[in-house]
Amino acid sequence: MGVKLLLEKAQVAGIRSYDVYRREGGYRSVEKALKTMGPEAIVEEVKKSGLRGRGGAGFPAGMKWSFIAKPEGVPRHLVCNADESEPGTFKDRYLMEFLPHLLIEGLIVSSFALGSNDTYIYIRGEYAWIVDILEAAIGEAKANGWLGKNILGTGFDCNIHVQRGAGAYICGEETALIESLEGKRGNPRIKPPFPAVQGLWMRPTVVNNVETLAAVVPIINMGGEEYAKIGVGKSTGTKLISACGNIKKPGVYEIDMTISVEEFIFSDEYCGGIANGKRLKACIPGGSSVPILPANLLLKTAKGETRYMNYESLSDGGFATGSMMGSGGFIVLDEEQCVVKNTLTFARFYRHESCGQCSPCREGTGWMEKILKNIEYGKGKTSDIDLLWDIQRKIEGNTICPLGDAAAWPVAAAIRHFRDEFEWHVKNPEESQKRNYGLAHYADAIHVPA
Amino acid sequence: MTKFNDTQLQEFNRLVARYPEGKQKSALLPVLHLAQESFGGWLSSETMDYVAELLQLNPIEVYEVATFYSMYNLKPVGKYMFEVCQTGPCMLRGSDNIIAYIGEKLGIKPGETTPDGMFTLKTVECLGACGYAPMMQLGKHFREHLTKDKVDAIIAECRSSAAANN
Ligand SMILES: Cc1cc2nc3c(=O)[nH]c(=O)nc-3n(C[C@H](O)[C@H](O)[C@H](O)COP(=O)(O)O)c2cc1C
Ligand code: SF4
Ligand code: FES
Repeated sequence: MGVKLLLEKAQVAGIRSYDVYRREGGYRSVEKALKTMGPEAIVEEVKKSGLRGRGGAGFPAGMKWSFIAKPEGVPRHLVCNADESEPGTFKDRYLMEFLPHLLIEGLIVSSFALGSNDTYIYIRGEYAWIVDILEAAIGEAKANGWLGKNILGTGFDCNIHVQRGAGAYICGEETALIESLEGKRGNPRIKPPFPAVQGLWMRPTVVNNVETLAAVVPIINMGGEEYAKIGVGKSTGTKLISACGNIKKPGVYEIDMTISVEEFIFSDEYCGGIANGKRLKACIPGGSSVPILPANLLLKTAKGETRYMNYESLSDGGFATGSMMGSGGFIVLDEEQCVVKNTLTFARFYRHESCGQCSPCREGTGWMEKILKNIEYGKGKTSDIDLLWDIQRKIEGNTICPLGDAAAWPVAAAIRHFRDEFEWHVKNPEESQKRNYGLAHYADAIHVPA
Repeated sequence: MTKFNDTQLQEFNRLVARYPEGKQKSALLPVLHLAQESFGGWLSSETMDYVAELLQLNPIEVYEVATFYSMYNLKPVGKYMFEVCQTGPCMLRGSDNIIAYIGEKLGIKPGETTPDGMFTLKTVECLGACGYAPMMQLGKHFREHLTKDKVDAIIAECRSSAAANN
C-alpha cells in the first residue's frame, strides 16, 4: 500500500461531518499555522514541499504564492478552482464529496498565508449537490470558530463562499474563472497582467486547484521537507488519479508517484487490469487534453525504460513519444475501442467549449470535428488526415488561452500514433461504420502481465 | 408574475451579500440559477429582465451571460430533463446505446421534449463522472452506471413522482 495523505481517512464512517473529522485529527494544521507560523513561514513550507499545482499545469504552488502582489490597502483573494471539467477527471469531486472539511481546512491555512479574508470556491454548476455539502461543512467550521472573525484569537478574519458556475469548461482556465466570478461570460483575459497582480475585481488573486489546496494540510502537519521526501524528483507528495475507460476498477486513487504505469493499470490495488478479458491498446494518462499513447509507449518509454506515474516520467520523450500528467484523468482504451471515435468526441467537446474569442480556436475546433466525423462515419479521404494535421498545427500556440492547444494536442497525438487506424477508416468506410471500432493489432506487441 | 417570493428573495439577498459593496454583478450566475429554478426551469426574457432590474444591470449584461453557459435553458424544457453524457470516457462505456435507448423509450431525439411536456432528452459533455459511466444528470443529482433496466426504473420513478405531485 502506498502512502495516503489525502484519502487516508476517506473510508472512516461519518468523516464528512465536523465532529468525526475533528476527532480524527482534523484542523490541526490551522492551529499550527495560525498560532505558531506566520504567513511567510507557511509559504516557505509550501515551497520546500515542492508541491506542484494539481489542476493540470503543474506549476510550483509555493512559487505562485510568493508572486502575489501586496499593494497597501487593497484586499487580496484566494480562489479555489473546483470547476473540474476536463474529460476523464473526477478527483476533485471525490475529495469535496467525501472529505469536505479537508478542503476547508486547507483553504483556511492558505487564506491566512495569502491574506485573503474572503475566499471563493468556484465549483462547476453541475456539482449542485456538492455545493450543499460544502456549505454545510463551512457552516460547521464557522460554528466551531475556524471561520469568521478573529479566528483562534489571532485577529485573522476569513469567510469562504461557494460560487456555482453554469456549464462551461473554459471557466476552469483561471482568468476565465475570474471573469465568471465577476458575473460575466467566461472569456479568458490576455496575460499580463497576471491574476497575482490584477485578478478578481482587479485585486491580487491566487487561483489554485482543489487538490493543491487540500495538500497544504499534510504539508503543514508534517512539514515541507518531510512531504518532499515522498515521491521522486520534482514529483513530490501524492497525486489523485481518476481512472476510467475499460478497466476493472474505475475510480479515484491516491498514488505516491513512484509506482509504474503498469502497476497502476494491472495491480488489484488500483485499476485491476482491463475489463472483459480484453487487452490494453492505448491510454490518455492526464485528461482529454494530453497526448494519447499506444500501450507500448505507455508502459515503457522510447528508450525502453519503465514508465512511472509521475510528472517527469509521463512526459519523457516529449510529444513525440511521451504524454503528460495533466489533471490525472486516466482514460484507458482496450484493443477494440476506436481511437478515431474517441478523438471525435474530444474534438466535439472542444468545439462546444471554445469561448470563440480567437479565430484559430473557434474555427479550427469546428473544422476538426467535421473532418473527424467524416472519417469516423466512412466519408473521409486520405487527404483529410493531412488536413487535420495541418489544422491542429495552426491552432497550437496561436490563441489567447491554452484551450486551443488542449484541442490540438489530442488530434495530433492520435494521428501521430494511430495513423493507420485513420487510414483504415478511410479505406474501409462500410466496415468502419458497421463495427465501429478500430484496429486491434496495436495490442499484439504488448506485454500483458499474467 | 415573474417575481421572487419572500423565501426566494431571502436567498437572493444571501447570494448578493457574499460580494463586496458595489460588486453585486458577481451574483449574476447564482441568481440566474435561482431564477431558473423558481420560474419553470428556463429563463424567459421577462425573467432575465427581472434579474437585471434586481441586480441593477443592463438587460444585455444578463442576456450575454445567459446565452454563454450551457446550464441555462433559453426555452421551456420538460419536467424531467435527462442530460446524458456523450464524451469519450462515457462513450467508451456505451453511452451511445443508452442515448439511443432513452430516445426509443420516450419517442424523442436528443434536444426534444415529449409532447406531454414530461421529459426532455439532452446530450451533454463530460460531467465529472467518467469512472461511473454511462451516466446522466437528472435535476440536482447524477444517475450513474446506467443500464437499460436502470433507465426503465428512472422513467417509472419520474412518472410516479409526477403523478404523486398532481
Ligand atoms: C481550458 C482550461 C481548463 C482548465 N480547467 C481547470 C479545472 O477545471 N480545474 C483546475 O484546477 N484547473 C484548470 N485549469 C488550469 C487553471 O488555469 C489553473 O492553472 C489552475 O487552476 C491553477 O491551480 P494549480 O496551480 O493549483 O493547479 C484549466 C486550464 C485551461 C486552459
Ligand atoms: S483559445 Fe479558444 S477558449 Fe481560449 S480564449 Fe481563444 S477562443 Fe477562447
Ligand atoms: S465523460 Fe461522461 S462524465 Fe466524463
